[in-house]
Amino acid sequence: MAGADGDDSLYPIAVLIDELRNEDVQLRLNSIKKLSTIALALGVERTRTELLPFLTDTIYDEDEVLLALAEQLGNFTMLVGGPEYVHCLLPPLESLATVEETVVRDKAVESLRKISHEHSPVDLEVHFEPLVKRLASGDWFTSRTSACGLFSVCYPRVSSTVKAEIRQHFRTLCSDDTPMVRRAAASKLGEFAKVLELEYVKSDIISLFTALASDEQDSVRLLAVEACVSIATLLPQEDLESLVMPTLRQAAEDKSWRVRYMVADKFSELQKAVGPEITKNDLVPAFQNLLKDCEAEVRAAAANKVKEFCENLPEDSKETIIMTHILPCVKELVSDTNQHVKSALASVIMGLSTILGKDNTIEHLLPLFLAQLKDECPEVRLNIISNLDCVNEVIGIRQLSQSLLPAIVELAEDAKWRVRLAIIEYMPLLAGQLGVEFFDEKLNSLCMAWLVDHVYAIREAATCNLMKLVEKFGAEWAQNTIVPKVLGMANDPNYLHRMTTLFCINALSEACGQDITTKHMLPVVLKMSNDQVANVRFNVAKSLQKIGPVLDSNALQTEVKPVLEKLATDQDMDVKYFAQEAMSVLALA
Amino acid sequence: MEEDIDTRKINNSFLRDHNYATEADIISTVEFNSTGELLATGDKGGRVVVFQREQESKNQPHRRGEYNVYSTFQSHEPEFDYLKSLEIEEKINKIRWLPQHNAAYFLLSTNDKTVKLWKISERDRRPEGYNLKDEEGRIRDPATITTLRVPVLRPMDLMVEATARRIFSNAHTYHINSISVNSDYETFMSTDDLRINLWNLEITNKSFNIVDIKPANMEELTEVITAAEFHPNQCNTFVYSSSKGSIRLCDMRAAALCDNHSKFFEEPEDPSNRSFFSEIISSISDVKFSHSGRYLMTRDYLTVKVWDLNMESKPLETYQVHDYLRSKLCSLYENDCIFDKFECVWNGSDSVIMTGSYNNFFRMFDRNTKRDVTLEASRENSKPRAILKPRKVCVGGKRRKDEISVDSLDFSKKILHTAWHPSENIIAVAATNNLYIFQDKVN
Repeated sequence: MAGADGDDSLYPIAVLIDELRNEDVQLRLNSIKKLSTIALALGVERTRTELLPFLTDTIYDEDEVLLALAEQLGNFTMLVGGPEYVHCLLPPLESLATVEETVVRDKAVESLRKISHEHSPVDLEVHFEPLVKRLASGDWFTSRTSACGLFSVCYPRVSSTVKAEIRQHFRTLCSDDTPMVRRAAASKLGEFAKVLELEYVKSDIISLFTALASDEQDSVRLLAVEACVSIATLLPQEDLESLVMPTLRQAAEDKSWRVRYMVADKFSELQKAVGPEITKNDLVPAFQNLLKDCEAEVRAAAANKVKEFCENLPEDSKETIIMTHILPCVKELVSDTNQHVKSALASVIMGLSTILGKDNTIEHLLPLFLAQLKDECPEVRLNIISNLDCVNEVIGIRQLSQSLLPAIVELAEDAKWRVRLAIIEYMPLLAGQLGVEFFDEKLNSLCMAWLVDHVYAIREAATCNLMKLVEKFGAEWAQNTIVPKVLGMANDPNYLHRMTTLFCINALSEACGQDITTKHMLPVVLKMSNDQVANVRFNVAKSLQKIGPVLDSNALQTEVKPVLEKLATDQDMDVKYFAQEAMSVLALA
Repeated sequence: MEEDIDTRKINNSFLRDHNYATEADIISTVEFNSTGELLATGDKGGRVVVFQREQESKNQPHRRGEYNVYSTFQSHEPEFDYLKSLEIEEKINKIRWLPQHNAAYFLLSTNDKTVKLWKISERDRRPEGYNLKDEEGRIRDPATITTLRVPVLRPMDLMVEATARRIFSNAHTYHINSISVNSDYETFMSTDDLRINLWNLEITNKSFNIVDIKPANMEELTEVITAAEFHPNQCNTFVYSSSKGSIRLCDMRAAALCDNHSKFFEEPEDPSNRSFFSEIISSISDVKFSHSGRYLMTRDYLTVKVWDLNMESKPLETYQVHDYLRSKLCSLYENDCIFDKFECVWNGSDSVIMTGSYNNFFRMFDRNTKRDVTLEASRENSKPRAILKPRKVCVGGKRRKDEISVDSLDFSKKILHTAWHPSENIIAVAATNNLYIFQDKVN
């Protein structure tokens, strides 16, 4: 195939093949990414007999090259001659599955899983399954960890004798000497359980699960918690109590905080997997304990789940459980000593109001919201403010406005600019919920103050904020409240503030419309073209380019054009550049 | 060393010629890997030298056990911290081997600030055959290319490569004194004077601070961390030692921050021995778990102590390393020797401990027989297959033959770093710029 095409078409491929071994990683990477082109040119025969053997031995390379190679080989079936020959891809992927770099190994396993489906049942037993066995009994733990991810793809499609062998291999890996392999086995336990017959889930998987869940290594035990979710969904309800719950209870009270953290982190999934009855009897007390855990990381993880857990409680007893069991713990967390716990809680607590309804919210939750709005940690206050919409639906924001205002003002003036930035982003939302009157009265001055903040990111966010406010309250409101103040800054002695005027105009012109832009904004911009600071002048050019489309052609020709022409002859080269650019964009040149 | 020490034979030693030795050649750490097949040394010049044990061969059975240079690479380079106007030395403070992943070997090396993960791998084949070049490397005319050539791998001479796989940096304000790999094979810790950080071996941009003893006001600083190590098989347990002579054992299960220890090992001070130097000489320079995980060994200036993890009040055993120096502390203080940081090691079965001293002497203590011996690592007795003779330092006025008097000890020849093969009686002793390897008599 190759020879017949003539020299012209061969040359680029020849370059690609040679660059597979170039000194420059980037060139090698490019070549590997075009491996399919090389294979296509070589034809299926030479790909199988020459290219693949070469690739199999090329595992000395940089991770990124190996990663790309592992990925490519997953899509190579047609290039080696279709499903009939797909097993030729196994040797290179096998060697990639044993390298030390986890991302490469994982990618090789992913590709192996992918091509396993392209094997016929016979090939699967003749070629694929022996590879899994080789990896599973390899000398190094890297190959054994890779094997863990391959059992579940071949199990459903092999004979019962081979199935028995696969189960045996998996059992062996679950009690491997190295924690790496046990971790890999634990993380694939759920996935493997899904493809097993129910009788083997009960006889094999449960004992492995119990063993891994009481492993001496914390890092293994915590992965068993994840497996717990999948195993619980597979078993009939009546078996859960005896087969899964003892282990889950033990995990929730594990000596190691990392295991308890994992339970807290997976709580919603666990709750769904075990069903309403066990949730009521077991998970509610367990959740209370996690909310009161001695380790802050665990409390924070549990606090994050408060809303989801409450939402998914069985309808019939939802309110009682929340009011008598969960809410008392939540109340304590509001005054937790750790700020991460408080801010985790603050990010979900507002969600409880929709579950509990208006009366309970006013009586029980409102005091907590108010307390958190006064919290010393800005992140807690921010999280409350950012979730105001949930409360708004239930009780209306007015209930909160008295406390809200001081909290907002304080955040708006926080010494950390990132905090100020965060609150600015919530302004349009707050404005929408509090209404225009309240806004004008209390918050408008804050929004204007941010325009002259000493941090650029804040000034930038403030201009963007103004645009969103105008979109919300309309052009007329803008003309009366914002535009005069913005235009006033054009005479500020500080050139940074004068530039802010231009940035605001850029952002506002479209929302304000042609009338306001032409009558009020344009004259100010044009006047600023005489500014003594070059940065201001080239921003004038940029502004004119930006607001040009909003203006009518008369204004463009008679007012904008002369100014841009003048700027195009400016002594500063940046001013010239931007003026010329504006003229060409606006088609005035 | 259940058998007599003096039956020990010198296997071989690696010497750099004294005449050309520079400061950079001074060995700063020695470490066997978990099988003992490899031995790594680090030096003040930032280099790591890895030695590999010769495989047993039929025709030369006595050569079994000889260690030859396997790979040498520059692990760290001198740097300059421009923000603090501080020079960062390239000196390798510690080397720790990782459990073996695959055919390659991995080790962690650290200087004062940065930990690096190195991969040492072999390559014995190389690809041959280009499309655009002929065999001699001349560029071929593109017009003459009529077929494509896929490169073929051909055998070549064995090449050992060392590549830096990961760099763990920017996490230490003070000087790193220890690194230790956890038994979960997933994490390791790095310890500086005031803090201990926990890293995942695969993640370089994030580490967790697990111990921080820095007081809010640095003027209140009374002690620093001198060494730290993970338990050999309990992944949640580690210890750290302090300059005040105490050891704290922490349980990472209890809390994310281990500022509160779960055990505190300290020996009450003997008031009769109190002096100006008490605090300095009680500072712990090294702490090591026994292989069994049951005991701890600590080294301070004059003694080695063995502690039972179940007894915090006092050490189980105390061995005097060079008690004859007690009367010379004043001059040792003046020449700064009193601040030397001696390390200590266990043998494979935890029955013998070894640590260094001055004058190229090193000491071994048999915990069962309570016998101890002083040996010397020197060029005179480093001829292959020579037997090490015990040495004695005389304390009284009368000096017997073969004894050496305290006053004639050479304090510039110190043995700070030693290592013991994990299962066999092979030891590596670093004496300034020389590495000596000794092993039991082979019959």
